[in-house]
Amino acid sequence: MSENGDLLVATALRKEFGGLVAVNSVDFTVPVRQVTSLIGPNGAGKTTFFNMLTGVYKPTSGRIVFDGGDVTGKPPHAITNRGVGRTFQNIRLFREMTALENVLVGMHGHLKGGIVSSIVHTPHQRREEREARARARELLQFSGLRNKDDRLAMSLPYGDQRRLEVARALATNPKLLLLDEPTAGMNPQETADFTAFVSRLKEEQGLTVLLIEHDMKVVMGVSDRVTVLDYGEKIAEGTPSEVQHNPRVIEAYLGSGAVSGT
Amino acid sequence: MRLPRPTASPLWALLGLFGLKEARWRSLHPMARRVVIAAVVGLVVLAVLGPIFGLDTSALLTYAVFLVLYIPSWERFGRVGRFILPGAILALVVTYPYYNTKLFTIPILGAFPDVHTAVVMLIYVMMAVGLNVVVGYAGLLDLGYVAFYAIGAYTAAALASTQFAGQLPNGNPKRFFSFGSIGVDKAIGGIHISVWLLLIIAGILTSLIGMLIGLPTLRLRGDYLAIVTLGFGEILPQVARNGDNFFNTGINITNGPQGITSMDAIGFGHWLHQNVGLPENYLSAPNSDRLFFWTAIVLVLFTIFCSLRLRDSKLGRAWIAIREDETAAAAMGVPLMRTKTLAYAIGAFFGGVAGAYFAEFTTGANPDSFSFNFSVFVLVMVILGGIGNVWGVLVGAAFLAYLDQAGLADTGAWINQHLHLTIDVPKYEFGIYGVILLLVMLFRPNGLVPEARRKLEFEQGVEDEPLYDLAIE
Repeated sequence: MSENGDLLVATALRKEFGGLVAVNSVDFTVPVRQVTSLIGPNGAGKTTFFNMLTGVYKPTSGRIVFDGGDVTGKPPHAITNRGVGRTFQNIRLFREMTALENVLVGMHGHLKGGIVSSIVHTPHQRREEREARARARELLQFSGLRNKDDRLAMSLPYGDQRRLEVARALATNPKLLLLDEPTAGMNPQETADFTAFVSRLKEEQGLTVLLIEHDMKVVMGVSDRVTVLDYGEKIAEGTPSEVQHNPRVIEAYLGSGAVSGT
Repeated sequence: MRLPRPTASPLWALLGLFGLKEARWRSLHPMARRVVIAAVVGLVVLAVLGPIFGLDTSALLTYAVFLVLYIPSWERFGRVGRFILPGAILALVVTYPYYNTKLFTIPILGAFPDVHTAVVMLIYVMMAVGLNVVVGYAGLLDLGYVAFYAIGAYTAAALASTQFAGQLPNGNPKRFFSFGSIGVDKAIGGIHISVWLLLIIAGILTSLIGMLIGLPTLRLRGDYLAIVTLGFGEILPQVARNGDNFFNTGINITNGPQGITSMDAIGFGHWLHQNVGLPENYLSAPNSDRLFFWTAIVLVLFTIFCSLRLRDSKLGRAWIAIREDETAAAAMGVPLMRTKTLAYAIGAFFGGVAGAYFAEFTTGANPDSFSFNFSVFVLVMVILGGIGNVWGVLVGAAFLAYLDQAGLADTGAWINQHLHLTIDVPKYEFGIYGVILLLVMLFRPNGLVPEARRKLEFEQGVEDEPLYDLAIE
């Protein structure tokens, strides 16, 4: 993978659920250090696509190469440990764990402590645990959750839960961050803050971001590239302004009448 | 495992009638609250129950100890302070055999348990704390825990008795193998391994079998896993019952319906007895029960220690994460199969050690001790005490074990005597547990001593609840 290469390459990716084709032979690339957005009407197969990238679903056919290695059909934890962090469309925090613990779970793959060292509390294990906690606090602060360490995830306000999901995903130390509708349910101010936050992730942390989003303001504001799915097929790809003026995209979103004018 | 949001309890509704509001109570200084609680306990137990049931000075003494330990904030006394309360309780437990006969009679429940009962209680506590790793931490419903208990018991019993004497093909009845065994005559034959060693061997073997069973079954979720473990818990006692002639080959491992009897003694042997003063042989010692009691305390402490350390480690967090949301846990890099299998293996380990120790305590293993009822019994201990909370599970297990061993019979006798009835109360044991379980679920759904995070839930409240219930992708 070169500096300007593609971090993730999906080739002819297809997913069927029984007779339903949710994603149909989609070719898709995510360039490194850019924000790529995946948009499309409801039911277009965006989340299914996400779930294949992260190993939740096994693709029916096709190939996914991440960071130079084939990850097709690998279990989710293996893909995460290769450097793919994600959030969920419907918030899926560990509800009865504190904010700090949620982030610590995200670090699971990077901690070495085993059963015996955890029971005996070897010096190495204690140092590792201390450092993990310090890093988790840092991440919480970076994500705008100062002083919320010991709050249970379920007790946090909605916006904070979204932020915690991102902090937890960042804790997996990802090269590629997948955000599934992160601004759903946010008010305009929160959305604006979040857009700035995603830009910061790219600029400061050098992260590559793949975003599913319905809010076009966010998509157009933050994306370097946009891919449009409709009925499981890729119908357009390009810069935000290219996509915005693509007649097939307008048709998919507004219906055929909007283009033909009838 | 999703639990209902905590609601105002009926107790507070009742107290509210007398003008005592929950908010006001919670605003009181913690020590003031403890003084009030202690006063209420004293009033009820000493002033009301005392005259009726005839509590004596030992009850007053017990109450005084309770006051001293309960009211002050011992944990405030610096680094040492943290250990004052646990240390004092441990000292009380360890010295229990010296004063248990001098204690008052508990109203209705009867006398304090004797040392023999206390040993069984401790063994049950160990098992419940082990099961809590599987059910409480990782959220895997295991209805066949008794299988691990049985494997542990049979492993220990078979390898420290005459079970394998004279079973070799050439038919020498006096084949003898001994490794660190105590007080065994060479003439009896069989395999005799040190029981201390067998506790460890039983634990390791059980956890290996746990892993073996876990690998195919732990892919299942929720109810499906429960059914498979249920089957496993049914199969194993049958294997034990019919294991005296495996596939008609004449290989006898479990000695069938009779079970294995006259297991070797546990002890430290002659040299350690002479030079260090440790007991030579538990079974032949005059204070046998006490020795078993103290050893059981060590085992329970070890179990609790491991359980707490694991809970607060990377592995413990991963278990709770799996319990909360498997998909999300996997997406955070938690390997599901390995983490669940480890929970199973560690739970099995403690079950196995407890089984081995129980076999030693009863000097044998009998297939009738390992029925499905027992799996449920241990599970009820965990639920009653508070799923996920080691201390709660300890309380739940000790209480139910006490009822099982002595309490129900005593209570039954009391009821029959005072109401002039002739009910065989222990016969209704499982019905009574059912009622207890129902009451707990109704009034304290998180158990007698809820897990700390469930308490936090109550204090911090829940935001945006409905969103999670729609979480189907």
